[in-house]
Amino acid sequence: MIDTLLEAFVLIFSGAHFLYLLFGVCLGILIGILPGLGGIVGFSILLPFIYGMDTVSALAMLIGLIAVIPTSDTFTSVLMGIPGSSASQATVLDGFSLAKQGQGARALSAAFSASLFGGLFGATVLTLIVVVAKPIILFFGSSELFMLGILGISMVGVLSGDSFVKGFLACGVGLLLGTMGSSPATGEWRMTFGSYYLFDGLKVVTIGLAAFAIPEICDLLRKNKTIATKEEPLGKGWAQGLFDTIKNKWLVFRCSVIGTMVGILPGLGGSVVDWIAYGHVVQTSKDKSQFGKGDIRGVIAPESANNAKEGGGLIPTLLFGIPGSGSMAVFLGGLTLLGIEPGPSLIEENLKFTYVMVWSLALANVVGAGLCFALSNKVAKITTIPYGILAPFMIMIVCFAAFQVTRSIYDIYTLVVLGAICTLMKNYNWPRPALLIGFVLSDTLETYLYQAVQFYDWNFLLRPGVIIIFIITILSVYLGARNSKKITTNQTIDIKDLFKPTVQNLFIGILYCFFGFAVFDSFQHNLLGGIFPGGISIIMFATLNYAIFVNKQWLSASVQTSFSSDETVDLFKSFSWILLLVFLNTLFGFVISIFVFFIVIMKNKTNLPNRKIIIISIAALAFMLMLSHFMVLDFPPGLLQYFMKLPWPLN
Amino acid sequence: MFKKFVATIVATLITASASMAADFSGKTVEWLIPFKAGGGSDKWARYYAPLLSKALPGNPNVVVKNCPGGGSTTCTNQFASTSNGDGLTIFGDSGSTKFPYLLGDQRVKYEYKDWMKTIVLATPTGGVAYVSPKTGYKTPADFKKLKGRELKYGSQGATSLDIIPLLAFEMAGLNVKPVFGMKGRSAGRLAFERGETNIDYQTSSSYLKVEKTLVKEGKAIPLFSWGVVNSEGNIERDPTFPNLPHFAEYYQQAYGKKPAGPAFNAWKSFLASGFSAQKMVFLPKGTSADIVNTYRDAFAKVLASDEFKSSSKKGLGVYKQVTGPAAEGILKAAIAADPKSKEWLKNYLTKKYGVKF
Repeated sequence: MIDTLLEAFVLIFSGAHFLYLLFGVCLGILIGILPGLGGIVGFSILLPFIYGMDTVSALAMLIGLIAVIPTSDTFTSVLMGIPGSSASQATVLDGFSLAKQGQGARALSAAFSASLFGGLFGATVLTLIVVVAKPIILFFGSSELFMLGILGISMVGVLSGDSFVKGFLACGVGLLLGTMGSSPATGEWRMTFGSYYLFDGLKVVTIGLAAFAIPEICDLLRKNKTIATKEEPLGKGWAQGLFDTIKNKWLVFRCSVIGTMVGILPGLGGSVVDWIAYGHVVQTSKDKSQFGKGDIRGVIAPESANNAKEGGGLIPTLLFGIPGSGSMAVFLGGLTLLGIEPGPSLIEENLKFTYVMVWSLALANVVGAGLCFALSNKVAKITTIPYGILAPFMIMIVCFAAFQVTRSIYDIYTLVVLGAICTLMKNYNWPRPALLIGFVLSDTLETYLYQAVQFYDWNFLLRPGVIIIFIITILSVYLGARNSKKITTNQTIDIKDLFKPTVQNLFIGILYCFFGFAVFDSFQHNLLGGIFPGGISIIMFATLNYAIFVNKQWLSASVQTSFSSDETVDLFKSFSWILLLVFLNTLFGFVISIFVFFIVIMKNKTNLPNRKIIIISIAALAFMLMLSHFMVLDFPPGLLQYFMKLPWPLN
Repeated sequence: MFKKFVATIVATLITASASMAADFSGKTVEWLIPFKAGGGSDKWARYYAPLLSKALPGNPNVVVKNCPGGGSTTCTNQFASTSNGDGLTIFGDSGSTKFPYLLGDQRVKYEYKDWMKTIVLATPTGGVAYVSPKTGYKTPADFKKLKGRELKYGSQGATSLDIIPLLAFEMAGLNVKPVFGMKGRSAGRLAFERGETNIDYQTSSSYLKVEKTLVKEGKAIPLFSWGVVNSEGNIERDPTFPNLPHFAEYYQQAYGKKPAGPAFNAWKSFLASGFSAQKMVFLPKGTSADIVNTYRDAFAKVLASDEFKSSSKKGLGVYKQVTGPAAEGILKAAIAADPKSKEWLKNYLTKKYGVKF
């Protein structure tokens, strides 16, 4: 084993292999920075080229790409508040808050160093465990995966802070949004409103962009300043970020273990890992007051976990040919093209290739983190650009990213609708992470619960693995609850208050209708198709009714703003900028609308001379065209394209 | 000044796209696959793409583009609405695209007959069913033991390609309880390896791997292959697994008579469209014969190349890949299910699995 490990190391550094690794790393960094694009897009670009390449180079390139995406996606998450990929949604919470306080550099440096450690940890585990991992994977069946889902959901408690009921309800919204589309047990279509688009359900990228990017963009547009409000030289904070990581070395270690474990288990999916790590750090911290407001530990935890995940994720992919995520699925396709068959041969006669992947993973993490460090001084300047210039760019990227989900204009409409709701949530202190956790775990919970009951009857609850995970869940809830201080308010709401035309009431009204409709919809299906959404929606609907009519404290808002208040009007105004782009896009398609949109918004929000406005607009357009050309991505079409056949790029 | 600028850009773009010819040099061919990246159809297209690129005149860059959604109907509908292609967009379907078409799924807006003249490749595949030795089944002589107990099967859904295994198990008289919600055949295999299910099937290329691991280790015992439907409409042994009996043979051995009846007829016609003619490549309807023939020639060149011959068994199994006018016949057979069979199957799915049509 040691011989093979060394042989693989020498192999990587011989010939051009290392150059291919570098190329993969560079592409990975770019794809990580761009929101909504993940490993799938990256692999799809590279796969046509690996045909006929020598195996070592190709593996180095592919692994190089996948290894650094969770490192570089931090840029967008921290500096712009847009999740750079679905594995770094949790990073946004504290990372972006730090950037707003002018501590972007510190957050980035902590994130990159944590990523580096996580990545190396994942590679090490891959080295050691790949030979013996099979029983671990086989141990986690449907029952155990279901229970892990419950463990994940229990994180909602700690992530909701002082408003547990709001978190509970938000999680319910997430769970129910996750049940939209076809039911795992019966294939019935639920809550689709007759729309074919919703038959497939919603996708995590859309929800992530709607929950984090859109509300932040609205907020920043309203203030119309730079992202970093405090004037601080960006060069500062690098050392501090590194120091933060070293200080929290045990946290980094624990989260790396979590990340690797989640990666090893096929069926949980990569987008949960950051939330579990984030929940873990909040839970185990004595002082929780700064989480969500800029606690560096909130950056370190998810970042070490999401890099460690890749090493773990390779284990089921290589051993069983069972990919744990979409990008691993494409990677598997790449292996087939190279003539490598996943399975026992990779730990027997082909062990060399497995260790080539291990070394590539480790080296890519080192090189990737180094490059990100080198780049970040430049990239962090983004936070000092006036928002009037940055905003159109961000809105453009977010819409483009959302459109890549299924390449339907409805992706963008969904983004806007959910984005509007999440903007209300942000402004009235409803925890959005709870919604996201509910969403990413919904399908896991329903599918594995149903399968576990079919396979083992309710006896599945007595399986040893289930009991162990259950005890961990109880412990973790207890630990989380122990340190949190109860906040009691004397504020109550009068029923009459709830009918006043305020924005918070509008939101509660939407929620009420949504839960009510979910209850109704779940009764339209077979027992097996309706029972999961039915159970959840009934609990949520009852809780909401109790909160409104009996308790009267839970929902008492800290801010009751009427529709006519300045704040609300500003919020609507800034949201309407997003609507403007969507409207233009519906009529003229993306390319034309982007150009018009850039000019209009900069004319309105900045004092730049026309010449500069046009130059910036052209530059933005050129950037999008290059992106679309080299990554073979489409632009959202509009009605114009429907009626007329236009040449590229206007088609 | 600005107007001029835009006008120049637009003019350049128009001239650039107008200079199209049967030579594809410097162009990019998009190969649409209405399924997720990493799935069977995706792997199939990615296997062919570089070979096709080499064989087409001008060696265009061939990229596979996944457009999943609506159980493959969304993208297929979109492709169906395009016509007179310039040869820069091609489309690959699968059995899961043909089943909703045959069963009259409300989402289907495509018509396979439109593509009769523009089909350029047909790729057959097969499937093999296997059981766990823990059921007591070691050889076909143990069939009674298998019949006497409840078997569990991890399924992707009653209207998916799983129609074939589910109906085959039922015709064989096995008491198989499907557990739905599997996210692909590989998830089904994992559940089998964990011992959660004890009967499973894989399509040919995946079964080749099962054969090398599980079967060799004695953890899985093959039952039968589906077989392939030949041009006369009869089932014959799967060329990739010549030593395994096909379903009809196995049935005859167990029951002493040939399978027959409406269930078997429906099964056979859906087997033809779901497996024996599983994946096809089309150009948009109404594409000129020149371009269609360019593609047919290119695929013929691919199939004759040494590179294909040396690598295709692993990627595709040993099935005869068909291009040229012969592919039209295969398409005809694939959508030939008679109305009686279709009705029978719909009723069956509604009665047994509560599927609404």
